[in-house]
Amino acid sequence: MKGNFITTKFNYILGWARKFSLFHYPFVTACCGMEYMSAACAHFDIDRFGAGWTRFSPRQSDMMLVVGTISHKLAPVLRTVYDQMTEPKWVIAFGTCTVSGGIYDNYAVVQGIDRIIPVDVYLPGCPPRPDTVLDALIKLQEKIQSQEQDWRWKKRK
Amino acid sequence: MPTTDPIEKINKMTTRLQREASKDSLMLNMGPSHPAMHGTIRIMLELDGERILNSEVEVGYLHRGFEKTCENKTYFNLLPYTDRMNYVSPLINNLGYVMTMEKMLGVEVPEKAQYIRVIMSELSRISDHLTCIAAMAMECGAFTILLYKMKAREFIWNVFEQTTGARMTTSYIRIGGVKSDLHPDYEDVLNTAIDETRKVLKDISGLLDKNKIFLNRTRDIAVVTPETAINYGWTGPCLRSTGVYYDLRKSFPYLIYDQMDFDVPLGERGDNFDRYMVRMKEMEQSLRIIEQAMKKIPKSAAQTMANVMEPAEAIKASREKKVEKRIKLSPNLEGSEQDKYQDIFTKNKKIIVPPKEDTYSSIEGLISHFKFFMNEHGIRPPKGEVYFSVEGGNGELGYYIVSDGTDKPYRLHVRAPCFHVMAALEEMIHGHYVADVIPTFGSVNMIGGELDR
Repeated sequence: MKGNFITTKFNYILGWARKFSLFHYPFVTACCGMEYMSAACAHFDIDRFGAGWTRFSPRQSDMMLVVGTISHKLAPVLRTVYDQMTEPKWVIAFGTCTVSGGIYDNYAVVQGIDRIIPVDVYLPGCPPRPDTVLDALIKLQEKIQSQEQDWRWKKRK
Repeated sequence: MPTTDPIEKINKMTTRLQREASKDSLMLNMGPSHPAMHGTIRIMLELDGERILNSEVEVGYLHRGFEKTCENKTYFNLLPYTDRMNYVSPLINNLGYVMTMEKMLGVEVPEKAQYIRVIMSELSRISDHLTCIAAMAMECGAFTILLYKMKAREFIWNVFEQTTGARMTTSYIRIGGVKSDLHPDYEDVLNTAIDETRKVLKDISGLLDKNKIFLNRTRDIAVVTPETAINYGWTGPCLRSTGVYYDLRKSFPYLIYDQMDFDVPLGERGDNFDRYMVRMKEMEQSLRIIEQAMKKIPKSAAQTMANVMEPAEAIKASREKKVEKRIKLSPNLEGSEQDKYQDIFTKNKKIIVPPKEDTYSSIEGLISHFKFFMNEHGIRPPKGEVYFSVEGGNGELGYYIVSDGTDKPYRLHVRAPCFHVMAALEEMIHGHYVADVIPTFGSVNMIGGELDR
């Protein structure tokens, strides 16, 4: 039982560390990118919640922000970038286009990125306000904290 | 056996450059997922060391079927799609579409609405240029510029939010006028925005204009001659940076631009630095236009807001006697200000959304409401075709609409300014270094939504 106690505490501490050091990869394509820029800059400042580092290299990032419309031409690129990210990784679908295709219900647009990659937090809005972005980030942090963490020397069942 | 895996499929695709490149040279792929490619452009480079021998620009990663979608929407309903074309200056996109429709329908817009349109489109132009320079400087490594410029943009977007109810995709400029009147307190917010923008522009000038690092990366890089620019069909700040005096606001004045006093800044060499400089100076001129428009704008509508009651007050007063005064509704609620319609909307009742007061209080109003929104009814322009263009953030933003007499366009085409600019990119980066691609690409202000539509 003693061992379990340490594991649980370690799980908690790891979750705490991970949720406040989210290096994000912005997969910015379209309109929502403007609101992403607003959220990242001084007025709203995503850095207050520990997600200030924008990493444009997938291997160094923990969280992927899929910002803007994903067309069928861009879909393989998104999938490749997601596959290149190292575990643990989380995805926020930023904006209605990524959640469901939004107003672009036509031949060119992927009707929701969850057809390609798993999504942790859905953030609707066309585009979402920066406040909403921060709310989504807090939601993701709660999720990360409550998750069972994975680490290198963890005992596999 | 043909592969079904999309990633494998894309790896097998060969481009023109891959087929034509010599075997000794190095091939380098930039984008579409690259911090400086804005997520929607792929540039294939054939390199000799760091020098670019050949390149191929691939567009279309943000093709959202705008033009085809519009063929299935009514003239009123397709307005939100125009917002999302050049998403940095959505109001100019609205304006372009709306003015094309007004030309087709032969509608005159009241003076006040014209002033509001000018203020809104100049603010959009500033936010467009701010974002362009912010991105360009950030990609060159100057992150401070991005933070400063975004600060100024927030203040400008506060003005939009206050009046239109949305920060960027506003759909504010409507066929026949504008959605609602300016907010009664707009002047304070607008003055703050102007002051803050001026301050930021001064700071940015101080940081970049004589900055050796910035100059080395922009001066005499990607020089474009006026002839080449015109051959490619360039317009807007990019064309003016080569020294050609062409601004639709001066050449073919629309709205009330002919009554405004402003200069058209020109560049001399047509390099990256000139494109940056023209944008900086244009923002100054836009601020001048806004200040003039603020002074000249007719005040009539603002007075009618004086004799109204707050909803809470009205509820309190109504416990004792019937309230005669009008109740103040949010200016963002569509159609909640019938008495302002004369200032902001055209007299032609068939092409504007009927005021909500009528819709809720009389059967005729209700019928006209249904007639406006019902399929096969609503705005039905005469048969024919029309082209109209406005000066967008990147240049001449033109709409070409073919009408077959129904309530949906038969064909809608957009002349997107940055499509023509992007066509010249291969020639611009030819012979330069890989590092020069980034400021060059930043300075032309590629907007994916507008480019690929």
